[in-house]
Amino acid sequence: MVQTSIFRAKKIITMNPNQPETTHVAVRDGRILGTGTLEELAIWGDYTLDDTFHDKVLMPGLVEGHAHVMAGTLWRHVYCGYFDRLDPDGNIWHGTKTITGVIELLQVAESKLKDPYMPLTGWQLDPIYMDNKRITRDDLDQVSPKRPVGVLHASGHILNVNSKALELAGLLKLGVNHPGIPLGPDGLPTGELYGPDAMGPVSTHVGFDRASMEGDADGLRAFSKMCVRSGVTTVTDLAARLTEESVDKMLEVTELPTFPARIVPLRVFMGASAKDTIDLVLSLKDRSTDRLRLGRIKAVADGSIQGFSARMRWPGYLNGAPNGLWYTSPAQLAELYRLALANGIQVHTHTNGDEATEMVLDTFATALNEVPIVDHRFTLQHCQLADAAQFRRMKNMDMCVNLFANHHFYWGDEHYRLTVGPERANRMNACHTALEMGVPMAIHSDAPITPLGPLFTAWCAVNRLTVSGRIQGEGEKISVQDALYAITLGAAYTLHLDSEIGSIEIGKKADFAVLEHDPTDISGENLKDIKIWGTVQGGRIFEARNL
Amino acid sequence: MKNFGHGIPVTVLSGYLGAGKTTMINHLLRNANGQKLAVLVNEFGDLPIDEDLIEASDDEVISIAGGCICCSFGSDLSAALLQLDAMNRSLDHILIEASGVARPEAIMGSVGLVNGVSPDGIVILVDAETIQKAARDKYMSDTILAQLQAADLLILNKVDLVTKDQAGVISTWLASLNENAPIIPVTHSKVAPDIVLGHFIQRVYAKGAHQDVGGLSTLTLLPKHNIDVNELAQTLAKDYPNIVRAKGFATNKSGQKILIQVVGSRFDASIVSKDLPDGIVCLGLGETLRMQHFKRLFHLLKLNEASQKLEFDI
Ligand SMILES: [Zn+2]
Repeated sequence: MVQTSIFRAKKIITMNPNQPETTHVAVRDGRILGTGTLEELAIWGDYTLDDTFHDKVLMPGLVEGHAHVMAGTLWRHVYCGYFDRLDPDGNIWHGTKTITGVIELLQVAESKLKDPYMPLTGWQLDPIYMDNKRITRDDLDQVSPKRPVGVLHASGHILNVNSKALELAGLLKLGVNHPGIPLGPDGLPTGELYGPDAMGPVSTHVGFDRASMEGDADGLRAFSKMCVRSGVTTVTDLAARLTEESVDKMLEVTELPTFPARIVPLRVFMGASAKDTIDLVLSLKDRSTDRLRLGRIKAVADGSIQGFSARMRWPGYLNGAPNGLWYTSPAQLAELYRLALANGIQVHTHTNGDEATEMVLDTFATALNEVPIVDHRFTLQHCQLADAAQFRRMKNMDMCVNLFANHHFYWGDEHYRLTVGPERANRMNACHTALEMGVPMAIHSDAPITPLGPLFTAWCAVNRLTVSGRIQGEGEKISVQDALYAITLGAAYTLHLDSEIGSIEIGKKADFAVLEHDPTDISGENLKDIKIWGTVQGGRIFEARNL
Repeated sequence: MKNFGHGIPVTVLSGYLGAGKTTMINHLLRNANGQKLAVLVNEFGDLPIDEDLIEASDDEVISIAGGCICCSFGSDLSAALLQLDAMNRSLDHILIEASGVARPEAIMGSVGLVNGVSPDGIVILVDAETIQKAARDKYMSDTILAQLQAADLLILNKVDLVTKDQAGVISTWLASLNENAPIIPVTHSKVAPDIVLGHFIQRVYAKGAHQDVGGLSTLTLLPKHNIDVNELAQTLAKDYPNIVRAKGFATNKSGQKILIQVVGSRFDASIVSKDLPDGIVCLGLGETLRMQHFKRLFHLLKLNEASQKLEFDI
């Protein structure tokens, strides 16, 4: 006997133009049987009426098209961020506003550790908001001289460690000669480590072990709880190594009946040839389940703008810094794109600087001419500095874009006065231009770089405010309607999942975001304050309060 | 006297796509002469090792005839180097094949942080036929120029595919970018292994000065005691592009024994505890190490010209 539940809600925003608003949705076998009035839905036969949401607003389950499982894993370490942030268990961690405050926070955490050798690790430090004050090993030695202590910056590209950590890594010595490791007047490293090369040898000693940062069971569970709290039912893990081991673990964890999200991990193109990467991803694709969608690739063209490692076109960086770094060569990308197109594998490519975007457009154009595949939906991720001409080329090649709207809020002021200057800062993450040119668009958080929360991301794209409260790029604001589309169907489209998720209509997954307020009824500046009750994922109800 | 208490020497080999890195690695493996080499590649994909050299392979390590191995380092070079050290294979030299977009000096910086290994030199391979076009590439230009500038040794490959005049023009252009790095012309990536790996020093030390170093010449300097050893090392590296490599011992003004190592434009002078006889073996191309070139050096270091040995082997 098939079971049908009909959920009654105060309002259901469907994102289906044929029936944009309704009050009832019928669910059978985890999928949507129909929407409409109770009378209309009764035609399907027996049902149970579920009134749980009678005073809530339902939206399609939100889709985060660029995040990392690490956003969940990091919470096992001490949160040292400047802004308040919600942890996977729903506790608010207050932002710490000074370096002294960060040290005190770590001291408190230290006093609770029993094992004297266990490393103590903090994350999300952002001295940009603290007059760019530097933290040295002397500061962190105040936390503990005996156990290794490390604090990772919000950018993920700087690590501060104490003397013990340097000692364990064999670096507390004279004669260390590395551009990423500044030395103090005593000739010893100051404990500041810049860039993955310098961080690498020390990070394992302070508890940032690479394998544990991705795909372990606890991390995945924490990540999925964060999804429920932010209304997300489908989320990407945008750069995973996807080893045999981690895939097995992900399959096991996501298969549990209580696992509340659909994870879409993309295999990172790094450390293996294009051919091997395609072969691996083809074999993974066959192992996909409803809640673990394998078979996509993420490539990285350049670095970051605030790290001055993004590849810029003329006139380059405002402060005259030399052009950034290629992380993957045009030749390697060309091979990857050709093989991926020929094998029906989708590639998402990280570009930050506008020269990186230009290079990817050139390279992809050549590949597409050689292997003319329709509906490939190759997507540019971040793509923060693209101009109108580049969006036109994306449109002409049927590419998609996923813009980093949150970045604009957190680091927009930095870009305005330090990295790229006013004109380019105003056009960063040009959502309006993308839509005007007809490029299918999503917007993202890149959690843990910024907090997971598509409604906050929508708020960023609608208001374009920076931390200092300035509107940056009035002309690139988008409407609430467009922003809500971007965090549902827009993101689903970039993952080839728009036939299954992204709107509330017959045949799709019963994935809903359950909200306390109506995002179409409050004004755009309040989008970020919408309270989230939880989610329905595949017909299963998850209340944030009771996870 | 293998490493004088230093770590295993590490060479970073780079060059843009098509310069001939793969051929050169195979050439070095074929002519390793009993030296145990470890080749670290970014990825196994387009396997750089000729099949007939491979004895066994698994996911992690490819075993190669003569005790050499090849491993991939993926995205974590320091972990791979630590792993090599832990394998305890009594390696003589590690060769890292850097990707075409890598900044070799950054890789060498990371090598310097790992215990058990020590930076030897950055070798950049250049395709004589295509380098100038590649250096004008819309996207790769600055990356390629930065690699050329970072080189301690520049290997000018495929010189048989250009005229003598063209080779001269390219050499002049390379020298204008990097005035200190010796430029070594080769064909088919066949560089003398001694140039890249520097093991001639051991043979010279073991058997006396006149040794077969195939097409190269050696010069053994016998410096006076109590000289400025740092200045000597720097002079050899910076003022004598004809000196491809140099290695040996000298005694500094405080009476300490110093190991001098020069690879092209890179030099290192560090205190060693062993008491070994003073003497520095220099390696040059063909007959380029002529006595008269060194007059200034001899003068600078208050050396007696007659006491210096110069050996040719052509
Ligand atoms: Zn990301």
